[in-house]
Amino acid sequence: MFTKGCALHELSLTQNIVDLAIEHAAREEAKKILSITLEIGALSGVVAEAVEFAFDICSTGTLAEGADLKIRHIIGKGRCLDCHKEAAIKTLTHVCPHCGSLALETVQGQEMKFTEMEID
Amino acid sequence: MCIDCGCSTQAQPDQHQHEPRTVRIEEDLLAKNNRLAVGNRQLFAAKQLLVLNLVSSPGSGKTSILERTLTDLQGELNFSVLEGDQQTANDADRIAATGVPVKQINTGAGCHLDAHMVGHGIESFNLVETDILMIENVGNLVCPASFDLGEDHKVAVLSITEGEDKPLKYPLMFQAADLMLINKIDLLPHLDFDLEQCKAFARQVNPQIQIIEMSCHSGAGMQQWYDWLVQEANRKRN
Repeated sequence: MFTKGCALHELSLTQNIVDLAIEHAAREEAKKILSITLEIGALSGVVAEAVEFAFDICSTGTLAEGADLKIRHIIGKGRCLDCHKEAAIKTLTHVCPHCGSLALETVQGQEMKFTEMEID
Repeated sequence: MCIDCGCSTQAQPDQHQHEPRTVRIEEDLLAKNNRLAVGNRQLFAAKQLLVLNLVSSPGSGKTSILERTLTDLQGELNFSVLEGDQQTANDADRIAATGVPVKQINTGAGCHLDAHMVGHGIESFNLVETDILMIENVGNLVCPASFDLGEDHKVAVLSITEGEDKPLKYPLMFQAADLMLINKIDLLPHLDFDLEQCKAFARQVNPQIQIIEMSCHSGAGMQQWYDWLVQEANRKRN
C-alpha cells in the first residue's frame, strides 16, 4: 500500500522510464520491448510496488505494454564519519554498529536507475 | 503472421532478423528532470543568481518567512519568487503585496515542482536585475526531495509545532537540504518541544546541515538568516 502522494511521485518517475524506453526502442527500430530492468536502492525513497502499479498504467498502448518489469533491489550501505568503517543500513537514520556514532554518510542504496532492456 | 513482429511466416527464415537483444541504458530514473535542472542551473550561473528551493510540510511558515524577508531586505537585495501550490494563487497574492515580482505555479494533482515547471515559471522575470530567486515548493516533505530544480540550496523549514522528530520521519528531505530553518521558536515556552533533540535528529540524518532558529513572528533569529542570504548571494556573484 502507498499513500496518494507517494503514488504520484512514482507515477511521474515511471512515466520517465516508459518515455526513455520508447525513445531507445525507436532508435533501435525495435518492434517490441520485452523487458525493462531497474535498480532501486533501499534508501531511494522509491516504493517498488508503486512503480510496478504505475508501469501498467504508463505503458498501456505503447511498445512497452506487457513488458516484464524486473526490479533489482540494492541494499543500503553507510560509512561512519567518525570511525570510517562501513555498515549495512536499512534507513537514513542508522547508528554506526562499530562505534555508536550517529554521523553516517550514505554510500549505497539511493540508486534509482534504468539499467537495461530487452527488445525484439 | 509472426505474432512477435508482424513479419510473414511465408518469408525466408533468414529475413526474420529481429532477434531479441539487450540494450544497455544506465540512466537515472530522474534523468529527464536532471537534464532540465542542469539547464536551469547553467542559466542561473550565467545570471549570477542565487536560487533557493524552500521545502517543508504545509503550514510551517514558508510564505510568512518570505513575506518578512522580502520586506526587511527591500533595497538591499532584489528578489523574484516562484510559488508552487496544488491550487489557488493565495500565496502569490501575499508575495505580490510586498511589491516583489512573483509567479504562481499550480501543480494540480502534482505533489512537487519539477525542473520543467521552473524553467517556464521564470520566463517572465528579469533575472539580470534579480539577486535571489526564491522557489517555494509544494508543502510536502516527501516528493520535492527527489526533484532537482537547478537550485543552489534546498532550505528545509521545520516549525516547532510539528514535533522534533520530523527529520527522522522524513530523512530524505533533511538529507537533501543544506540549511534547516527551525521556525516559530517564539512558541517554545508553550510547547513540549525539545530543540536540542530536534537539531541532533537533523544532524543524524545530515551531519553537514546548517541550522538557524528563528521566528518570523517575533523576528528572533531573522538577522542570522539575512546574513546567510547576503553571504550566499555574494558567493554566487564572484
